Amino acid sequence: MDRIPVLRMGSLLLITIQVDMHDKLALQLQDDVTERISEWGATGVLIDISSLEIVDSFIGRMLANIAAMSRVLGADTVVVGMQPAVAITLVELGMSLPGVRTALSVEAAMELLYGAATRADDAST
Amino acid sequence: MNDLAEIISQNEDRIRAEWIRSMSNTVQRADLISKAELDEQCRDILRAIVAGVKTSRPTEISSSGWATGRELLSEISASRARQGFSPVEVATFVLSLKQPLFAAIREKFVSSQEKLFDTIWSATELLDRLALVTTEAYMATREELILRQQQELLELSTPVVKLWDGILALPIIGTLDSARTQVVMENLLESVVATNSKYAIIDITGVPTVDTLVAQHLLKTITAARLMGAECIISGVRPQIAQTIVHLGINLEDVVTKAKLADAFALALQRSGRTVVRSSSAPTSPISNLFAKRED
Repeated sequence: MDRIPVLRMGSLLLITIQVDMHDKLALQLQDDVTERISEWGATGVLIDISSLEIVDSFIGRMLANIAAMSRVLGADTVVVGMQPAVAITLVELGMSLPGVRTALSVEAAMELLYGAATRADDAST
Repeated sequence: MNDLAEIISQNEDRIRAEWIRSMSNTVQRADLISKAELDEQCRDILRAIVAGVKTSRPTEISSSGWATGRELLSEISASRARQGFSPVEVATFVLSLKQPLFAAIREKFVSSQEKLFDTIWSATELLDRLALVTTEAYMATREELILRQQQELLELSTPVVKLWDGILALPIIGTLDSARTQVVMENLLESVVATNSKYAIIDITGVPTVDTLVAQHLLKTITAARLMGAECIISGVRPQIAQTIVHLGINLEDVVTKAKLADAFALALQRSGRTVVRSSSAPTSPISNLFAKRED
């Protein structure tokens, strides 16, 4: 069975979704992400969906779920590069993903996560 | 029915001349259509009527025998609709054929009352139906015109402008309905991707009223932009509209709103880590600029 690779970049996890998501794949991804966060102690999760063209309520809920699970494990989630059509579809489906942070590019997302991390460090020192 | 065809083809020139005369008494528009053109159109229509009457009954105006006549009339009224004739003028064009045609029929059946009535009745029926055809074609052309203008308006009224690197502005002019929201949303999101802009300012100075529906459309656009990683600022909220929003209980608390586009732009610059500083060497007016140059 194919699975979506979860890459480690310092304290961040990078997930690039390049294939059509189906239910089994999504559930597998949830398992992988939660496991990797606790294993590597990641503080941030980047999910790049720039090549995802079609989205349904299940995928939308999966994104929200991964974000919620990561937060429970102490990591921020940023969804990167959502296509206009996907964004419109999610809004029309009534899924505004309230707990999920978003960014236009992976670069911007890393800035967001590292910025948050450094700010947190500043506050603690 | 062939009586009618015979009468028309026998008296064609006379009927046409009288037809044009009776039209000129009421609605002829010399400013919009030339006499020669009108003459030509009348001749064509009379021929088409003769051909139609020969093959089909006047009540079966939608049958194939009337195809040429229908096409001709539709074409004429369509061109008139574009030229700017009023609906009354277009309908009268056909209806004013009644008088000369009836006169010709009466002449033919002076002796037979029954035949006279029958022929006049079928001629009336026929001309009424033809008039309906013209009116329908007129309306269709007008509607097409309106539809096209609407579409043009839609495309014209939703420009996305780039204010700065990473800052877009979307001035909305006119009321936001579902169809326009769709276009606005798509335009904005496409531009956000194309220019990699983190901030989008939606300016609603040109939106006459904001009701719950418009607000909902705005919030949808903002949510979609947020999902893509862009931040939206609403600007151009007029005092009246601010009052309306509060009275209607619309929740805009999650959205940044500003009164002026300039305020929103300043905020976007500030959030993207930029400041606007007045350069001290800048001349205060064009006149002092002139003096400065002369001193060199």
